[in-house]
Amino acid sequence: MMRIELVKRPQRSALFSMLSPFIAFALTLIAGAIMFAMLGVNPAKALYAYFISPLTEVWQLHELAIKAAPLIMIAVGLSVCFRANIWNIGAEGQFTMGAIAGSLLPVLYPDLQGAYLLPLMLLMGMIGGAAYASVPALLKARFNTNEILTSLMLVYVSQLFLDWVVRGPWRDPMGYNFPQTVQFSSAARLPELLDSGRANLGFIFSIVAAVLVWLMMSRMLKGFEVRVLGSSPRAGRFAGFSIRRMAFFAFMLSGALAGLAGISEVSGAIGRLQPVISPGYGFAAIIVAFLGRLNPLGIIAAGLVLGLTYLGGEAAQSSLGVSDKLARVFQGMLLFFVLGCDTLIHYRIRFVGRKAPAPETVPVQEGAH
Amino acid sequence: MNLHEGAANLLEVRGLTKIFGSLKACDSIDLGIARGEIHALLGENGAGKSTLVKMLFGSLEPHSGEILWNGQPVRITSPGIAKKLGIGMVFQHFSLFEALTAAENIALSLNDGAPIGTIAAKARALSYSYGLPLDPDALVGDLSVGERQRIEIIRCLLQTPNLIILDEPTSVLTPQEADKLFETLERLRSEGKSILYISHRLEEVKRMCDRATVLRHGKVVGHCNPREETASSLARMMVGSEVRAVERPPAEGMDQAESLLEIVNLNRKPATPFSIPLRNINLSVRAGEVVGIAGVAGNGQGEFFEAVSGEVLQQDKASVRIRGRQVGGLDITGRRLLGAAFVPEERLGHGAAPRMKLSENLLLSRHATDGRAFVGTAGMIDGKAIYSAAQRIIEVMDVRKSAPDPEAASLSGGNLQKFIVGRELDRKPSVMIVNQPTWGVDAGAAAHIRQALIELARNGSAVLVISQDLDELFEISDSIAVMHNGELSARIPIAGATYEKIGLLMGGAEPGHAAAVNAAETAEVA
Repeated sequence: MMRIELVKRPQRSALFSMLSPFIAFALTLIAGAIMFAMLGVNPAKALYAYFISPLTEVWQLHELAIKAAPLIMIAVGLSVCFRANIWNIGAEGQFTMGAIAGSLLPVLYPDLQGAYLLPLMLLMGMIGGAAYASVPALLKARFNTNEILTSLMLVYVSQLFLDWVVRGPWRDPMGYNFPQTVQFSSAARLPELLDSGRANLGFIFSIVAAVLVWLMMSRMLKGFEVRVLGSSPRAGRFAGFSIRRMAFFAFMLSGALAGLAGISEVSGAIGRLQPVISPGYGFAAIIVAFLGRLNPLGIIAAGLVLGLTYLGGEAAQSSLGVSDKLARVFQGMLLFFVLGCDTLIHYRIRFVGRKAPAPETVPVQEGAH
Repeated sequence: MNLHEGAANLLEVRGLTKIFGSLKACDSIDLGIARGEIHALLGENGAGKSTLVKMLFGSLEPHSGEILWNGQPVRITSPGIAKKLGIGMVFQHFSLFEALTAAENIALSLNDGAPIGTIAAKARALSYSYGLPLDPDALVGDLSVGERQRIEIIRCLLQTPNLIILDEPTSVLTPQEADKLFETLERLRSEGKSILYISHRLEEVKRMCDRATVLRHGKVVGHCNPREETASSLARMMVGSEVRAVERPPAEGMDQAESLLEIVNLNRKPATPFSIPLRNINLSVRAGEVVGIAGVAGNGQGEFFEAVSGEVLQQDKASVRIRGRQVGGLDITGRRLLGAAFVPEERLGHGAAPRMKLSENLLLSRHATDGRAFVGTAGMIDGKAIYSAAQRIIEVMDVRKSAPDPEAASLSGGNLQKFIVGRELDRKPSVMIVNQPTWGVDAGAAAHIRQALIELARNGSAVLVISQDLDELFEISDSIAVMHNGELSARIPIAGATYEKIGLLMGGAEPGHAAAVNAAETAEVA
């Protein structure tokens, strides 16, 4: 029987670390082509329909910005968590809670009109997301629970809470019993950027967030603290940094950004609360964070790529008649290949056969190595 | 095994070379070990001793050259093959499971399926016959470092090796334990076994070894009979130049000097089942003096350092005092802000973040104390300021490196240590606490660091040095206290300290008298 071992490489290649997301993307395309062929669709045509055709018209670029904005915003926050070695898997829940908290004013007081309304909504969205994210941080600090489990489980709590809110107390009384809130007033809607399409201010928020977090991580003491605690916690403790405080900081920062993404999505693209407000942005953002090498600027590019998989999924569904679950398949493959490439950068594979042990002593030839 | 009668050497190494990247760790090494001799392998850190030994024990494969065993060329491709040939090794860092008994640990490495009872009986018999008494049923976790080393030695002897390689065996022993070990080694020699003895302690090499091979920068610089050399001539061969002796000017007016660091009835419960509780530790260090803490590894020094540095806080706020302030409840940053500086034992991962640049590692311990110089408005790091400060330290401490601002992990241990010590000295701290200042550092750099610590003290700071290297403590300390099993002895002024006295305390004589003596001392002062 053969055994496969991973052996740590003494040196990781800087070149391949940089190339890894591109290699992963190329491998995803190849695997995608194979999958299309097996589905009986011409792979070249399918890949064109999936990845190119959604970029051929201006209004579609607007749609891409709409899809990419929440992905970038959430992933930027998650990158801080992951760099600190803190595993927030519950951004989807923080997104949902941010959307609910931010919708308080336009739903309960639909007559509010002032210029203060929108900033206040955004702020409340951020607070909602941060407060929800502080729960797993608190549980970790207090009871040493695993934040992966608690943050993930809180996603389902938030989704059921949203479902109850829009079917129960916040349901639009004039909405023919549809499970949704009232339409937000125009003062409560995120303004669109250009006349040529639907893209709104949310995209600008996501770029600003990425640049600010990049500045923090690369130039500021707080970013240094994140990097030290993430890469060598003992040295971080020696520096006087606290892992516990860092857990709160990272969770609340990423929660606030996810919450901002949530309220931006609701007050931008959707315009009201409804049972489903996200096609899994909070989970896809984990892929975005890693595809962008946990670097906020790389995450902007990665967010656009992942946004494209959503659009491509919709396009392929209508033009090729394949399932819209395809988008999830592509996202899954992308994550798989990114993690695979990263593993192979750090480790090499060794096959160990179950051969008889080598002879005890083999005479050395002259000058043999 | 074919024994060629009359073959001159048991082991013969010819032109053995090992290359790592562009570095020739071993450069055509020639070495012969005769039957029944104790052969010393001398060299500074990084001279290639470990690489050579690893090739002999099969953990590394040479690039070129040959190894002759009993006159026959052999290829040693794994430790298993080395053991079968009859080469045994006792490592510097033990590989024992703490939760298992001595006999179970031995059984694991013998791997021959014999019942534990048989192995235990054999181990017991062998250990008594060699004067290294061992209880095979004791849990390793309960044993002292010296006793753990015995397990390793017995485990090695059970495989009846003809060549035994010992890597720095006395670095973890008290002087008395070391004497015991020497007796055992002499006994093995008289039985015709060969021993390759790796050490940097010249006195013991002179005392025990029949021949010595000296390595420098991967090359053999000489073979000699250590008995005919002096310690300083051996050191010269190792280092390649004269090592400047450390000068310790007399400490004056110490009685009136202010106590900058005081530790009063410090207690700490063990954090893990295998860590050492601290019991009733009392110590004070005055401005201007260097106090050394001796002790065999694993007697609570690490726990003590964590408590004094503030990495772990104390319930009793008064148990640690820095410049008169009670700091038990202050974290490491708070204690630094009062003027204290710390150098931990582990460099990579504790004193420095391995994957970060030296300039960033400067920030690691000084972001708060030098906040104004290094961190600007809104928490922006001043890259230029930390870079130039790092370069200043690199220059003062003579840190050798390959790039202007390399990652910490790319420096050799000694050079990184110079940087870490220099990082704290650069602050001119009023209290400096160092754990193992020169562990694994070459002789030249060690002398540099020791001199710098003495100068810091003479300029009015209190310096506390925790070390397992007695030579070092005798070189730099004004008085020495001994830590054993979580307790600290009273300070012994250097004038009255002898290796024997300190050694007895390291072995556990007079435990628990520290409190009484210190109380008397304080009463005197008052």
